[in-house]
Amino acid sequence: MAVVKLQRPQLKLGEKIYFGALVKGFILTLGHAIRSLRGKSVGAKDLESSGLGVTMQFPEQRWDSHLPDYYRGAPALVTDEQGRERCVSCQLCEFICPPKAIRITPGEIPSDDPWAKVEKRPKEFEIDMIRCIYCGMCEEVCPEQAIYLRKDYLITGLKRADMLHDKKKLYEIGGVRTGLVNKWNELK
Amino acid sequence: MSDTPSATAELKLPKDLAAEKGMVNVQIDGVWRQFTKGTRIIEACRSVGSIVPHYCYHPKLTAPGNCRMCLVQTGMPPRPAPGQEPQRDENGYEPIGWMPRPVIACANTVAENMGIRTSGELVEKCREGVMEFLLINHPLDCPICDQAGECRLQEHSVGHGRGVSRFIDMKVKKPKNVDIGPRIRLDDERCIMCSRCIRFMDEVAGDPVLGFTQRGTHTTLTVHPGRLLDSNYSLNTADICPVGALTSNDFRFQMRVWFLKETPSIDVNCGTGTNITIWTRGNKIHRITPRQNDEVNSCWMPDSHRLNFHYIDGENRLSQPLAKNASGLHEPTTWSAALASAASAIKSFAPDQIAVIASGRMTNEELFLTRALAKNIGTQHLTIVPRTGEADHLLIAADRNPNTTGAKLVWENSAPSSKLDSIRSAVGSGDIKALIVLGEDLVTDAGFSSEDLSKLGLLVQLHTLANPTASRAHFVLPTAAFAEKRGSMVNLSGRLQRLNRAVEPTGQCRDDWEAIRDLICAITGDKHEIHHIEDVFKSIAENIPAFQNLTLSKIGHQGTQITETGHKITLLENERARKAAGLVNG
Ligand code: SF4
Ligand code: SF4
Ligand code: SF4
Ligand code: SF4
Ligand code: FES
Repeated sequence: MAVVKLQRPQLKLGEKIYFGALVKGFILTLGHAIRSLRGKSVGAKDLESSGLGVTMQFPEQRWDSHLPDYYRGAPALVTDEQGRERCVSCQLCEFICPPKAIRITPGEIPSDDPWAKVEKRPKEFEIDMIRCIYCGMCEEVCPEQAIYLRKDYLITGLKRADMLHDKKKLYEIGGVRTGLVNKWNELK
Repeated sequence: MSDTPSATAELKLPKDLAAEKGMVNVQIDGVWRQFTKGTRIIEACRSVGSIVPHYCYHPKLTAPGNCRMCLVQTGMPPRPAPGQEPQRDENGYEPIGWMPRPVIACANTVAENMGIRTSGELVEKCREGVMEFLLINHPLDCPICDQAGECRLQEHSVGHGRGVSRFIDMKVKKPKNVDIGPRIRLDDERCIMCSRCIRFMDEVAGDPVLGFTQRGTHTTLTVHPGRLLDSNYSLNTADICPVGALTSNDFRFQMRVWFLKETPSIDVNCGTGTNITIWTRGNKIHRITPRQNDEVNSCWMPDSHRLNFHYIDGENRLSQPLAKNASGLHEPTTWSAALASAASAIKSFAPDQIAVIASGRMTNEELFLTRALAKNIGTQHLTIVPRTGEADHLLIAADRNPNTTGAKLVWENSAPSSKLDSIRSAVGSGDIKALIVLGEDLVTDAGFSSEDLSKLGLLVQLHTLANPTASRAHFVLPTAAFAEKRGSMVNLSGRLQRLNRAVEPTGQCRDDWEAIRDLICAITGDKHEIHHIEDVFKSIAENIPAFQNLTLSKIGHQGTQITETGHKITLLENERARKAAGLVNG
């Protein structure tokens, strides 16, 4: 590769004394401040401004309705329109999860259960939200379309234990998801 | 001097040179090599590192050649016309005429001047074809199938499958989740009809209860009407089933195999010393499977031994040292306090009033230190507890102690359990007032009565589990189970083998050898100089002739024969007879 030698620009006297640039910058900032006080900041509307500048006053104001479909929030388990737990505890997500946030205790579905033919489902399913990095690998690897990253992002807690999402909580967040492949219906 | 050896060798053809040694020349993937006459093609290929994919073939079973996955291309020299001399290249090999049709590698043997191709268009097409047929009716069960991760069908699908199915009809439905025996679950849809399980039950276990019914795509593996797959060797069928058709009830849905760590070790339930692999995740053992050792257990192991590990993290597991308080109740204490008070209690008795009862389940290292313990105390009363059961004429030996031979060698005593009776009566008569019991429950296994034990002035127990002896003991020291420690044992046929640590000892449990060492030090008041188990083994090697020049690492995963006892393992005898008869490859 050719080496291109760049010449530093030759500064004029006015530029060498940078006081002029300082004044320029100050005037620009002042302009914005005045516009902001008058409620006329550029882009304030698009950014759901609370009125003062472009700042959104979180948490009173939320960005939620603007979240794109591909937003990656908390991972959660879903049931389908038949009320079936989709997860079969294959533990692939547990394996793929980069920070090892998932811990599954597999279990057998009792023979009197209407979905006994699926044979397997998690006895316990825990995601440690302190560890989760919202990468979406679990969703991608799942062969049963059972785990999805939802739009929940406000995952907070006062104790470490609060940050551990157990199976109940995961289904709560996940809810029902329709239109998925129901491979267990007719093939078995 | 025309016929010097080198001159004659130059004249000889490769086929004659090989024939002198009972071998044949075979070209595998372009390289000429020599193999013993009668070697199967699949084994010849395996020995030079080209693994031929296969399902039904198992070296320890007959080869019916029914899966067709092992097809390879072969060729032989063209037959010369009458009177024509065979052509040879500069190395003396005849040219190979490749056959347009493939042959199965598992049931055909190598021949002189044969050529074998384990890859190439023909072979690859065959494999793809076989895979497509196998997958036509296969269920999409991998997410719930215990075999996933160690499934041959999955592996070969990746290697030779299509990725997308062209099959548009309905799949054949077959029985799923069938209860065919107490320890095995059958899923017929996953079965690829390789018949390994059928052959195993027939040829090795001698209980032919499995078979196929129906034909074609409806072929179904089933158990004989009115019978169950309840042989004590039934779980071996789950090991050899290349797919998830047969799975273990005990391991069912416990853990995915890709999380499990494998530790090679040995079984401690009888004198055979079956080689095993312990599969763990974190500090939990999930399953035990046999590990191949053609001098001990071939590829198999009995179910009763395989499943005997749940006690390790069971309810009765001891996890901290206990000492009896004034009101006769056990209280948790620390190791150092327990050892110090046990040692001073031991010293308050005359040496002759003390007996040490060890176990044939202890390792050589532990037994060696136990002898040192008895010597330090100054007592002659030292024994192990004999443990006999019925031999099953396959792998299980009548001697259920895994290390009787080791006790004989390490204690230099041909009858290490001979003093048990005299100790028992001396305890009854009150002549022996103190017992140190290592790894044995005297009430259940050694014929002591509870009254005998209550007469004792001191009872020290080292054990893994709470038991009637421990509940009477003044000091209970928790020790490591077989999967939690390292050490060596000698099996009944005189093979020195290694135990390895698969999981960390539970709670405050200590390795037995450390506990014994510390007890000796507490009695003598010396500072110990043994820091590693290797040091213990080193002193064994220095003191016991049979162990000379050995170290723990030199023993190796397959063990080392250190003495000949003449003990025969019936299953191996059967296997050798089948091999001699040419039924199996071995
Ligand atoms: S989103 Fe990523 S880090 Fe979070 S649970 Fe799924 S795989 Fe693990
Ligand atoms: S969520 Fe999906 S990937 Fe994870 S265990 Fe359940 S089925 Fe398997
Ligand atoms: S046998 Fe193998 S391919 Fe078939 S479902 Fe089980 S893991 Fe998947
Ligand atoms: S159950 Fe397994 S071992 Fe038996 S025939 Fe079927 S695939 Fe082969
Ligand atoms: S392995 Fe050769 S036919 Fe099955």
